[in-house]
Amino acid sequence: MRLPKIIVAVFILASTLFFSCKPKDSDIQAKITEKFTATPELAGASATVTDGVATLTGEVKDDAAKAEAESTAKEIKGVKSVINNCSVTPPPPPPAPVVINADSTLMQGVTDATKDFPDVKTDIKDGVITLTGSIKRDNLRTLMMSLNSLKPKKIENKLTIK
Amino acid sequence: MSLQDKYKQLIDTATASGVSNLQVREQDNVLYIDGDAPDGATKDKLWDTYNQIDPDFRAGDLVMNVNVAASAGTKAKVTTDSTNLNIRKGPGTDQPIVGKAAHNEIVTLQSKTNDQWWLIKTDAGIEGYAYAQYLSPQ
Repeated sequence: MRLPKIIVAVFILASTLFFSCKPKDSDIQAKITEKFTATPELAGASATVTDGVATLTGEVKDDAAKAEAESTAKEIKGVKSVINNCSVTPPPPPPAPVVINADSTLMQGVTDATKDFPDVKTDIKDGVITLTGSIKRDNLRTLMMSLNSLKPKKIENKLTIK
Repeated sequence: MSLQDKYKQLIDTATASGVSNLQVREQDNVLYIDGDAPDGATKDKLWDTYNQIDPDFRAGDLVMNVNVAASAGTKAKVTTDSTNLNIRKGPGTDQPIVGKAAHNEIVTLQSKTNDQWWLIKTDAGIEGYAYAQYLSPQ
């Protein structure tokens, strides 16, 4: 017994349309990945999708970002449910601020550092050491090494180098 | 971030040559590099690199406080230009001189008062404070 070709064609077409209504896991996964990549807070998260169930893994900075990853995944068409296995890693604490010595401390240090260079004149204000006068090129580095270790805010070198 | 780019070679050199406790921080348009160099040669290399990037240290955008890590008992060579190194009663050029160490003499580090002044002892038994810039740990 043979079915008419038209019936076979309609059947194939119908089944294709039917299945195409349901997004493929790989497509869902690609869409979630795209959304995560586009959002800086979620860049550390990733998703794998199996039968419409999205499993989220990776590291995010806080609980809010973890929740956001979940809601973002749920919004994608075809996601039936979300298993949120993202871990929260807080960012490292910011580095301690740079310690700048007080002008009085700098003054003492600068006096010591410039003792052997009588042609160097110094001025210290708000942590900034300003150098004027003159120095031999051979001695410049020695002087700069000393001054750099005093923990100043900044060194303005306006020396004439001989 | 631009300062870290400007001095990238310096930061890379510090990392590669084993500078410990390395801290690179940018604050108010000045880059601060702090750390402990394993030896005097490393410190010299860093200053060579600094001088290449910013000839004669004119830019005023970097404070490099990298000093040679040295513990008590370390031998150090007196690296003055040619003169003797003053040994003083206390840490400061206002302190009385208690003795001198000759150019190229080897002395023993007793303790580090700070990055500028070290308490040293000569082989002749003179103990006092000397300016660290003129001491090169061996």
